[in-house]
Amino acid sequence: MEIKLNVSWKKTLQAINEQVITRAIQASGYSAILFVVVIFIFLMREGLPALEEVSVSNLFSARWYPIEDYFGILPLLGGSLIVTLGAALVAVPFGLGTAIFIAEIAPRWAREILKPFVEVMAGIPSVVLGFLGIVALAPRLRVLLDLPTGLTALAGSLLLGGISIPTVVSVAEDALDAVPRAYRDAALALGATRWQTIWRVTLPAARSGVITAVMLGVGRAIGETMTVMMVTGNAPVIPAGLAGLFAPARTMTATIAAEMGEVAAGSVHYHVLFFIGILLFLISLVINLTASAVVFRQRKRAERILS
Amino acid sequence: MDTHQRRNSSTARRKLYQRLGFGLLGLTTALTVLPILLIVVLIFAGGVPSISLEFLTGFPSNGMRSGGILPAILGTVYLTFFTTLFAVPLGIAAAIYLSEYAADSALTRLIRIAIINLAGIPSIVYGLFGLGIFVLFFNLGTSILAASLTLAIMTLPVVISTAEEALRSVPQSFRVVSISLGATKWQTVRRIVLPQSLPGILTGVILGLERAAGETAPILFTGAAFYLPTLPSSPLDATMALPYHLYVISTQVPGMPTRVQYGTALVLLILVLGLNLIATIIRSRARARRQW
Repeated sequence: MEIKLNVSWKKTLQAINEQVITRAIQASGYSAILFVVVIFIFLMREGLPALEEVSVSNLFSARWYPIEDYFGILPLLGGSLIVTLGAALVAVPFGLGTAIFIAEIAPRWAREILKPFVEVMAGIPSVVLGFLGIVALAPRLRVLLDLPTGLTALAGSLLLGGISIPTVVSVAEDALDAVPRAYRDAALALGATRWQTIWRVTLPAARSGVITAVMLGVGRAIGETMTVMMVTGNAPVIPAGLAGLFAPARTMTATIAAEMGEVAAGSVHYHVLFFIGILLFLISLVINLTASAVVFRQRKRAERILS
Repeated sequence: MDTHQRRNSSTARRKLYQRLGFGLLGLTTALTVLPILLIVVLIFAGGVPSISLEFLTGFPSNGMRSGGILPAILGTVYLTFFTTLFAVPLGIAAAIYLSEYAADSALTRLIRIAIINLAGIPSIVYGLFGLGIFVLFFNLGTSILAASLTLAIMTLPVVISTAEEALRSVPQSFRVVSISLGATKWQTVRRIVLPQSLPGILTGVILGLERAAGETAPILFTGAAFYLPTLPSSPLDATMALPYHLYVISTQVPGMPTRVQYGTALVLLILVLGLNLIATIIRSRARARRQW
């Protein structure tokens, strides 16, 4: 009798324990949603007052000079745009080329070396790249292109391109890897060369993954802060077309990083910097939502084909 | 005869295209890989001469232009330690939920989308968020605690996704056998699934740490200090940190000797690449030893 009671006691305890742990694990799972929501709420809380304190015509003007209450964010948007565009021009061809080479052409041993090597690039802190940009890249660009200063949007673009490449390579390579072997075998059996197979069969089949890779790479470039702050010269001017690449520029991220340390909490300038943060948050949200929508659609289509 | 010849020339042309195409892709790969090598070589060549016992264990002197970088190294160690403390339990629990408990529902999909978005939020926005919530709202001030909490939320997606992948790689039959022997769900996870996936989880944790150790933007306004004459005495103090120190001495201090800059960059790079190397070794050893 006593033993039986003991056993059932133990069982109840175990059941309670199991319940508690299950709930805790569940809560941890949901926490990701909570964090995204809380981040957004806090950005809004600190950033939205900017819309009341600064007139819309001021906010969307071409002059950023906070000391005299000019809060025009167009130069910052333009700076982010041109630096990111330049980065994409570097990261897309080189990233996709490397991904195709690793996934389709390189022999096994080369693949085993190349993959971790590209991952090393992803691990280099952006502040180290910014430092090298200042001491090694910018002076050479200045001499090479005969510019007044090497600290330009171009220097930022080159380094940001390098930072985005690992993202592009790993996502695109996964997409290429996921193309069924049978596709390639069928193309080769029909007499296509390996090059034709890559170009006409494998790449189109991996299209949505490749698009995702490019989008995530661009997203990485827009959000990068330290490198651009250190090497782009930080002049808040609206870039004059592509020629703007060869002049100093200032991005949204660099503006927040450079100025937030010196403003009083709750001031107009503080609220506007948070407002820029809201814009950055929304841009990354749109990019990542679109990218994940593409991935989900792709998975569904693959399931349909395979079933 | 005529068609035969034509076919031959078309084959030759296709072969030529292939050779050109492969050559071009090989070239882009080389141009991607060589700069990485160049960066590492430049930092090592510039930094190795300035590494000395005094540099690693001394305090900065002469306006940071000479002396050592001990406070920055220790600061990064503190930040990484507290980040691990917050991010790892939560991240692994979330991964267990996604891999072992969650049904394939709309809510689960929402969690996955949230994780993807957390991973994509710019690091400077994490800095703003940390300033708004931890420094000001919870009134922690610019402190190791506020900076670590900010870094923890930022590293969470890395930890969750690598840990989930590791958990999923454990064969389903292991779980079925355990449950059929009368084990509860949690017992199965705790005694069977977790031990089997430990190396993979460890890899994820280290990759998360690597990210936390190298980041500057999230700690700019949440815990990093320009210069401190003493080491922080509690988690509520601000701290110097390697990445921020490198930023400061390469942009904010005039007349900075490049020797000190390169030395600091090298220490940071070795720390981060060392973590990366450890993660790679754990992963490949676990793969070699795996029996399923």
